[in-house]
Amino acid sequence: MLANDTPITPELVASHGLKPDEYQRILDLIGRTPTLTELGIFSAMWNEHCSYKSSKKWLRTLPTTGPRVICGPGENAGVVDIDDGEAIIFKMESHNHPSFIEPYQGAATGVGGILRDVFTMGARPVAAMNALRFGAPEHPKTRHLVSGVVAGVGGYGNSFGVPTIGGEVNFHPRYNGNILINAFAAGLARADSIFYSKAEGVGLPVVYLGSKTGRDGVGGATMASAEFDETIEEKRPTVQVGDPFSEKLLLEACLELMQTGAVIAIQDMGAAGLTCSAVEMGAKGDLGIELDLDKVPCREAEMSAYEMMLSESQERMLMVLRPEQEAEAEAIFRKWGLDFAIVGYTTDDLRFRILRHGEVVADLPIKDLGDEAPEYDRPFTRTTPPAAIAATDIAEANDYGAALVKILGAPDMASRRWVWEQYDHLIQGNTALKPGGDAGVIRVEGHEKKALAFSLDVTPRYCEADPFEGGKQAIAECWRNLTAVGAEPLAATDNLNFGNPEKPEIMGQLVGAIEGIGEACRALDFPIVSGNVSLYNETSGVGILPTPAIGGVGLLPDLSVMTTIAFKQTGDAVLLIGKPGSHLGQSIYLREILGREEGAPPPVDLAEERKVGDLVRGLIRSGQFTACHDISDGGLAVALAEMAMAGGIGATIALPGGAGAPHGALFGEDQARYVVTADPTRADGILAAAAAAGVDAALLGHVGGESLDVAGLATISIAKLTEAHENWFPAFMAGGV
Amino acid sequence: MKSAVVVFPGSNRERDMIAALEKISGHRPAVIWHGDHDLPKVDLIVIPGGFSYGDYLRSGAIAAREPIMDGIRREAERGVAVLGVCNGFQILCEAGLLPGVLMRNAGLRFICKEVELRVETTASAFTAGYSKGQVVRSPVAHGDGNYRADDETLARLKGEDRIAFRYISNPNGSIDDIAGILSEKRNILGMMPHPENLIEPLNGGLDGRPLFESALRAVA
Repeated sequence: MLANDTPITPELVASHGLKPDEYQRILDLIGRTPTLTELGIFSAMWNEHCSYKSSKKWLRTLPTTGPRVICGPGENAGVVDIDDGEAIIFKMESHNHPSFIEPYQGAATGVGGILRDVFTMGARPVAAMNALRFGAPEHPKTRHLVSGVVAGVGGYGNSFGVPTIGGEVNFHPRYNGNILINAFAAGLARADSIFYSKAEGVGLPVVYLGSKTGRDGVGGATMASAEFDETIEEKRPTVQVGDPFSEKLLLEACLELMQTGAVIAIQDMGAAGLTCSAVEMGAKGDLGIELDLDKVPCREAEMSAYEMMLSESQERMLMVLRPEQEAEAEAIFRKWGLDFAIVGYTTDDLRFRILRHGEVVADLPIKDLGDEAPEYDRPFTRTTPPAAIAATDIAEANDYGAALVKILGAPDMASRRWVWEQYDHLIQGNTALKPGGDAGVIRVEGHEKKALAFSLDVTPRYCEADPFEGGKQAIAECWRNLTAVGAEPLAATDNLNFGNPEKPEIMGQLVGAIEGIGEACRALDFPIVSGNVSLYNETSGVGILPTPAIGGVGLLPDLSVMTTIAFKQTGDAVLLIGKPGSHLGQSIYLREILGREEGAPPPVDLAEERKVGDLVRGLIRSGQFTACHDISDGGLAVALAEMAMAGGIGATIALPGGAGAPHGALFGEDQARYVVTADPTRADGILAAAAAAGVDAALLGHVGGESLDVAGLATISIAKLTEAHENWFPAFMAGGV
Repeated sequence: MKSAVVVFPGSNRERDMIAALEKISGHRPAVIWHGDHDLPKVDLIVIPGGFSYGDYLRSGAIAAREPIMDGIRREAERGVAVLGVCNGFQILCEAGLLPGVLMRNAGLRFICKEVELRVETTASAFTAGYSKGQVVRSPVAHGDGNYRADDETLARLKGEDRIAFRYISNPNGSIDDIAGILSEKRNILGMMPHPENLIEPLNGGLDGRPLFESALRAVA
């Protein structure tokens, strides 16, 4: 353990992830050499993870406001109005680096962190999702990582008691050395009782709540802002250990305390723990903060100020309380068996002052820690999008039935049941739509019919080929998935996972994706209200596929007209809403059947997306459909197969005349399209409504039988499709693939 | 008809249970804190699901030694109906109010899905609303649901018609496919599946309702 007056050498500065010019900036700001604790504090505040120094300039370009937005980015989570005086509070955050080092705890604490972000604001978590990306299935580490991460996500969420109702799992060799764990959580609150982090009032007690502080996770945020190399195993002590039991108690205690009106400001201790939370509360309120670390409840003896300020021990909160309600607040925390300690006070001198054993070990200008953090306008090279490949330049399938079976059983396309059955998706008793459909849906507690829909989406291979179109597509697909259950998309959260931003081509990916996201959000009135950026996702110089994951929330006023993907009734008409497919560039067909990852991704016509989506939503809400499914990975054929498998009923389909080459029509991943079913007597009316809205639509066939029959191309039994679709994941995890 | 739901630190399906009891009976149950020593006079006591004390040590082991358990034991002696679901079942076993133990699922993974149960006896307040041999749906959500008992105990459970539910397709390795058992006096039921999560159309079925309806009717 180093002393606080340890000489600050260039090596020490570098080991804190600070560049020489950043250290010079520190010297200029404080006019002297920092103490070791101060260096640690700067490193915690100025790392990429906490300061967004490479992405800030571009994040500012995103649309973050709208008639329903109560609070956009900058707080613990975004807050959106859902009528009736209620609000949904949500965010997504990455825990990529820790999960690669220690998959169970990394994933578990990722879930814990995002849940805390939500209930810090006064919301009871009601839904969780997660977007997981792993290396190639054949990579020796993949199975171990999948197993650990899924167990960790479940271990935390199940015990905490939040339903995990959706998510994504992808495999790609580019994640071999750097998996992605993006955890989403949403909570419900009264719109007039949201809690923020801005402290108000001088001389008020700063209270430490929750679990004790240990040495776990010291410097975690700094670690998460660096690339990996072969020394990665040495980083294990920077991973935190989660305790969902304590978090559940913390949730109940916080919500109970918030009811009393004692809370002025509250901030959870996430990345960079005590440092970030205290600075955030003080700086936002234009107040100084003085902390006496001797008062902080510790799990281990003789912790230094440096360790305490950088510890990322989990399940901790910092609050500013009304002094007259101190006793009441303490009683609530004692009842729940949690630590409660007054560790400092707000001051009027705008200093961040830390005492340990009666000595001042750090004394820094609090505003500058955040406001003066470096901000970079990093040079970037835009990705040159590859030329589009015409369907005529792509080989047709020899056997369409065999191609479909192969695609449905491919690692990226197979059923995720093995994963989501390890997550409690039913707890709270409000789950209206389980995982496996287009979106997860929960009823809003206290209402009979009002519900919320949630979806997580991004197609990294599109983003790799063309970050701008890929960014647009991530938003469009999320918006479409919410629409497909009948929900009105309200707002989204983004989790931008990229490689090293100091490389111009990586920075170009980030810029392109953000521009695409922004354009799509504006066109679809779908603002970004919270988010997280994870950069330096590289191992030994190899970057991940650019992965800007989008988590969207939609409002469904009447559950009784919610649509699901399953075919329901023999004789129902099957219709395609949207244009016939033809785009095979970057498609699953091209990759899984022909082994090529090539071409331009499908372009997203946002006006078309909106027009088709609004039509579909309107028809769902007027009860026209018996089922609805968006068309995405794998195109029309996969959508039909998923609907058949979900319903256990087949369909007889004929591709409409003029649909072009069959591989394009069946497997093309053109955007802005849905498959719907309806009572056959409604089919003409639906086609007429589409025509009136200027939307292409076509009758494809009818539901019925035990096979998916595509005229002249394939007849495959639902049993065979299901076997291929359901077997891959369990067989892979059992070591059999 | 009065009921009570007992809450331990780490309980997490108490809200589901409270909502189910309220929806079915029209009365909000009393919520009892684990540190209390006595229960109000009620007709049905429910220990809900969750991870009391984080499942640390063994699932249910710490909760089983809490002050409120003596109160539950006294009420059960008097014949008050006691229902333990999931972690509640684990707690009842750990407290010795039901025989046997619940071990880690045979597949070593947490499992959340809908299963089918066969109603094995109608001779209890909890199962009287079903017919013998009836197959009902019910969600399960647990990591430690693998019921185990020694041969003698198992023989007694069978001989005394105390197996309330069996899984049609065993999800967790439980001995003899046991999903729920009754106490000797038949007024305590412990079960791993969650009938409280299948009581209204939103849940996709109503198969959990008869359990509560008959338990509530029996004491009304």
